[in-house]
Amino acid sequence: MTKKKFKDQFITYGIVIALYLIMEILMKTGNLSSHLKGLLVPMTYYAVIAVALNLCVGILGELSIGHCGFMCIGAFASAVFSKLTQNTLPAAPRFFLAFVVGIAFAALFGFLIGIPVLRLKGDYLAIVTLAFGEIIKNVINAIYFGVDSKGPHISLNNVMDLGMEPDGQVIINGAMGITGTPRDANFTIAIVVLLLSLFVVLNLMNSRDGRAIMAVRDNSIAAESAGINVTKYKMLAFTISAAIAGAAGVLFSHNITSLTATSQYFGYNASIMILVYVVLGGIGNIRGSVIAAAILYLLPEMLRGLNTYRMLIYSIVLIAMMLFNWAPAAIEWREKVAHKFIKRNA
Amino acid sequence: MTLLQVNNLSIAFGGLRAVDDFSLEIQKGELYGLIGPNGAGKTTVFNLLTGVYKPNEGIIRLDGEDITRKNTIEINHAGIARTFQNIRLFHQMSVIDNVKVGLTERFKYSTLESVLHLGKYRKLEKEMDEEALKLLKVFDLDKERDVLASNLPYGKQRKLEIARAMATSPKLLLLDEPAAGMNPNETAELMETIALVRKEFDMTILLIEHDMKLVSGICEKLTVLNFGRVLKQGETKEVLQDPEVIKAYLGE
Repeated sequence: MTKKKFKDQFITYGIVIALYLIMEILMKTGNLSSHLKGLLVPMTYYAVIAVALNLCVGILGELSIGHCGFMCIGAFASAVFSKLTQNTLPAAPRFFLAFVVGIAFAALFGFLIGIPVLRLKGDYLAIVTLAFGEIIKNVINAIYFGVDSKGPHISLNNVMDLGMEPDGQVIINGAMGITGTPRDANFTIAIVVLLLSLFVVLNLMNSRDGRAIMAVRDNSIAAESAGINVTKYKMLAFTISAAIAGAAGVLFSHNITSLTATSQYFGYNASIMILVYVVLGGIGNIRGSVIAAAILYLLPEMLRGLNTYRMLIYSIVLIAMMLFNWAPAAIEWREKVAHKFIKRNA
Repeated sequence: MTLLQVNNLSIAFGGLRAVDDFSLEIQKGELYGLIGPNGAGKTTVFNLLTGVYKPNEGIIRLDGEDITRKNTIEINHAGIARTFQNIRLFHQMSVIDNVKVGLTERFKYSTLESVLHLGKYRKLEKEMDEEALKLLKVFDLDKERDVLASNLPYGKQRKLEIARAMATSPKLLLLDEPAAGMNPNETAELMETIALVRKEFDMTILLIEHDMKLVSGICEKLTVLNFGRVLKQGETKEVLQDPEVIKAYLGE
């Protein structure tokens, strides 16, 4: 790894830690409204899933618009686990294991869905990921799941159909989802998860596997002729991306008391919103994803006071960010400024 | 000693027999040329040799091993590396990373070590850097190690593609029109590079080329293809003076 890359990574972690410290100080000094406090964890898990999606879109080069599906799986798998062990495990190890379960399930489904999806290219791949995202959401909406002394019961019809003993506990109640998940997530844990996912993705990019993944993105025919197993590395990147999305889901489900698989959070609109974070932050630019997710998530919430003008300002910011990141003149200007800055410091 | 032996290779696309009854034998250390008019099936032969297409008939042996039914990746691991007629680099990656992709299969560490940068990561990355720099030096690209591949001038992109192919430590190197789109100076430099590759790595090379100066300058043996069939095979000088070859390809 060259010095420049090392410095780049350092800046990325630094930004996240600085953001965390600023928010913590504001909170401790009572300068943060309770509304804004409630936005910190969602902001962070959206940054996490933006990093995950950037691994898929920017590093692997495959457009996925179903990533909220993996977040949904992570959220539900971990919430079921936490509900089951709520009375038997103390909070800290339970939450840790919830992460393991959520990430494992999301990775498993990422792997399984990756098998058919990664055979496709471009637009077709995007459409199929969209379909899988919707399927996951709708299936979870239809599942009834409960546990009693005789073991687990599952049904796709209704609660009665579970045929549970009186001592049984309904865990997933169809479209009503899961209620009463312990609220284990907080801003600190969320930031740790964000730092870990950054660590994983940035390290991966600077390694043997990461180079192979980027080679597949840049030219899969050349990669194959250089002995790179294209399928293997596509699956690897997609699975890791799904796993990180699952981690975001764990934060999601442990930050609310009532978890339902609604389109608002897990539908294609949500997936596209995350894609917007990735595109406006810069495809393949991991740090950009974090910054874009933070700004674009907080902005509409902060602008609530402006009411009617809210969406207008939001769209203007989207356009401004797009120009800043992608317009050739803006890129040139940025490079000039960066160059001057480096010179002055040198 | 025979390195590559191809017997009666044929492939048809629908009714078109793109390559028909093609045979070829290359000795270790030879520089072999494959020439012929446009559409004669030269690149198809390369695609058959590298497993992009599977032949309808025929056998390909590399160093005695039958590689006819293997896929592209397995064939690369068996020891054939290639470059492409239209340059195919990893354009958003740096020069050194392009070469390090070629080294992927030679320096193995696990995905976990990739993600955590632990275990063999540091040691093997250092070795890879050294190996890649050594290769880049041979091709005079070491000063551009951190430049994006897409920002290299054309001639250097060609060189980088060859360097990447060499990074997989092949037994046989296939070059598909390496001089295409080059000016005479660049072509001369390319000829030097190819000669250097042979000397440094003791490499066996099969190349497709239209530039007759390059072909007559460096190839020891030639095969002329026409309409998918072998028109003439043998020593470069003899082949180029053959009246049939002159009529079909070189022009009277």
